Order: sequence, then C-alpha cells, then structure tokens
Amino acid sequence: MSSIKPKHQRIVLVSLALLAIIAAGLLAAWALRNQANYFYLPDQMMADPPAVGQAVRLGGMVAEESIETLDDGLTVAFVVTDKAEARVPVRYTGILPDLFVEGSGVVAEGSLGPDGVFVADHLLAKHDENYVPRELQDMAEHQGEPGLQDTAVGGE
Amino acid sequence: MHGYANPTRFLKLARWLTPLLLAMGLVLVTGSLAWGLFVVPPDRLMGETVRILFVHVPSVWLGMGGWTAIALSSLAYLVWKHPLAAVAARASAVPGMVFTAIGLATGSIWGRPTWGTWWEWDGRLTSMLVLLFLYFGYLALSQAVAREGVSPRIAAIFGLVGAINIPIINRSVVWWNSLHQPPSITMGKSAIDPAFLVPLMVAVLGFSLLFGGVVLARIRALLAEVQAEARLRRMALETA
Repeated sequence: MSSIKPKHQRIVLVSLALLAIIAAGLLAAWALRNQANYFYLPDQMMADPPAVGQAVRLGGMVAEESIETLDDGLTVAFVVTDKAEARVPVRYTGILPDLFVEGSGVVAEGSLGPDGVFVADHLLAKHDENYVPRELQDMAEHQGEPGLQDTAVGGE
Repeated sequence: MHGYANPTRFLKLARWLTPLLLAMGLVLVTGSLAWGLFVVPPDRLMGETVRILFVHVPSVWLGMGGWTAIALSSLAYLVWKHPLAAVAARASAVPGMVFTAIGLATGSIWGRPTWGTWWEWDGRLTSMLVLLFLYFGYLALSQAVAREGVSPRIAAIFGLVGAINIPIINRSVVWWNSLHQPPSITMGKSAIDPAFLVPLMVAVLGFSLLFGGVVLARIRALLAEVQAEARLRRMALETA
C-alpha cells in the first residue's frame, strides 16, 4: 500500500479548496454581471428601455455641441451618447458638477419620461482613465492631437 | 527560502532589514509627496485635486497587497504548518486595514469635487468596502486565536477564502459599468502622463517599503511576545 505524505495530502486538499473558492467567486461575479452595473449605457437603454418613471442611472459621454441651457436659466438639456452611437436626450435642473463638459463622461440619476427624454434629478461627472497636465492639454489642442479626447466610458 | 522560515535566522535578517526598509520608505514617501504636492502640474480637468492621487493609489494598492500577503502566508501555514507563516499573516492585517481605510477615505474626499458625490454604491467602491470589513473579521479572528486559543487554522482558512475579493476588486471596473474609471495602468501601457506617473511610482515604491518595514517590525514584536510569555511561564514554574 503506497502511503501519501501528509504534506502532499495537505497541498492537494488546499489546492482543491482554493479551486472551489475561485469557481464559486467567479460564478457569483458572473451571476451579478447584469445586476451589479452601476448604470445603463445609452445603447442598453435604447435596446431595453426601463419602465417610464422607474429610477435608473444612465451613463455615457456628453455629446459634443449638445449642451444647451433652457430659457429658465437653470435647466440644461444635453445628449448622452456612447461608442455604439446610441443617443439619449437628457434634461436636468440644478447645479452642474465641475467636470461636466461636452465630450466627457457623465452619470445621470433619474427616470425615462413618456416622451423618451431622460429626466435627471442628480448628475455625477465621470472621470476617465487619462491623467494629463493642463499645459500639455493646451498644446495638444493647438496641434489637434486626437488621443486625449478618448474616454473609455463603459470599459472594454 | 525554507532557511528563512527558521525564526532565529529570520530574526537575524529582520533586525537590520526593518530599520533599513522603514528609513528608505520614509525618505521616498516624503520626497514623492512633496513632489506630488508642490511640483506636479494641475490636471487638465481635475486641476489641483489630482494631487490626492499620490496617497490614494499607494494606499489601495497596499490595502489589496496586505490581503494578498495574508492569503499567501495562510496558504504556507496550511500546507507547511510553519508557525512563522501564521505570525506573518497576522502581522500584515493591521497595516493592510489601515491602508484600505486611507484609500477609502481619500477616494471619498476625491470623489466629492470630481464626481460630485462622497460615496456611491458602484462595483469598485463596494468591493473595496467589503475588503475593509474582511480585515475587521480577520483581525477579530486572529485576536481570538491569540487570546482564546482558537486554532490558527480558522484564521488561515478565512484569509484564504477572503482572497477571492482581490481579483473582484481588480476586475470590478472592467466587468461592470462603474463610476470609478477603468484601470489607467495596464500591461505596459499607461494613460497617466509621465509628469504624474513618475512621482506616483516613487510613492508606490516608498509606501511599499514602509509597509514591508512595519510588517517586519510587527512580526518581531509578535515573536518577542511569544518568547516573553514562554520565559514568564518557565520562571513561574521554577519559583513554584
């Protein structure tokens, strides 16, 4: 009868246990893949619109040249877009965060109105993964370098 | 490697390595923070608040690194049953927890001006908070091991199981849409301009050395405690 060394037995046991833990963790994370999203992307919202009035978050990029201030001076209307080119119009009344500019990321909390306009009651600005000094940004603008404008909203 | 599992030899090494790591860490941390606070230019969008980067990133890195150290030491303890591995795991818990808390606090302070919120339940923030709670649980367990004589295996198993949260934290911004930005530094590529990246790397190295020094100092203290207890017990037996 061959005897297995206790140390080797422990290595096998511990590795089996580790494998089981990793599998369980991955399964749990996979099951959460749709529930744990912090926000909907515009194309997700267009493909499967939430019920009118249901509280959801919409995240994406503020489309270029889409921000306009309405007549009351407090409400802004803009369009949230993404890489898939889906566009959702948004209306928001209130104070805008500092990083809220065209071409940068935004997360809007609110609900979809019956007219298809997303009415936000809270706006969060989303920072992208790029860190660039201000002086370099000015230089890049003068030279028309495109790389700095990329925002990876939604991840890869 | 097995040679240094011998406590006497380990202590000999730790005696000069501890002050060396602490001193080098302090110098690098002071230098990189001064660099980050006074020399680095403001960011194109965030302006001056970008300077919190140099505390935030090393802290969360070591918060996750601390648990990785706990998990690896726990694995070594479970397989080789070496008591020094259990001590190393216990010694990493408090520094790891402190850095996790600093990372969460600086992130929250940074989130207010950049995102417009102190806290949101997004994937990255939530999984990082779970890590802090895991540290609380691990500390409670290892206290029970030290004081109530609970088997160290329970703490080791908990350290190993809790490690599943580390890849989840790392992947949270990739798997789920999150408020926190996706990783800036991926395999060989950086979306961080060298003006920020170089002092950041120095800060990460400095905080890591500091972390290593603190863990070594704690291992020495824990071993000394065990020794002192054994000596007291022997003295009590001799006088009795």
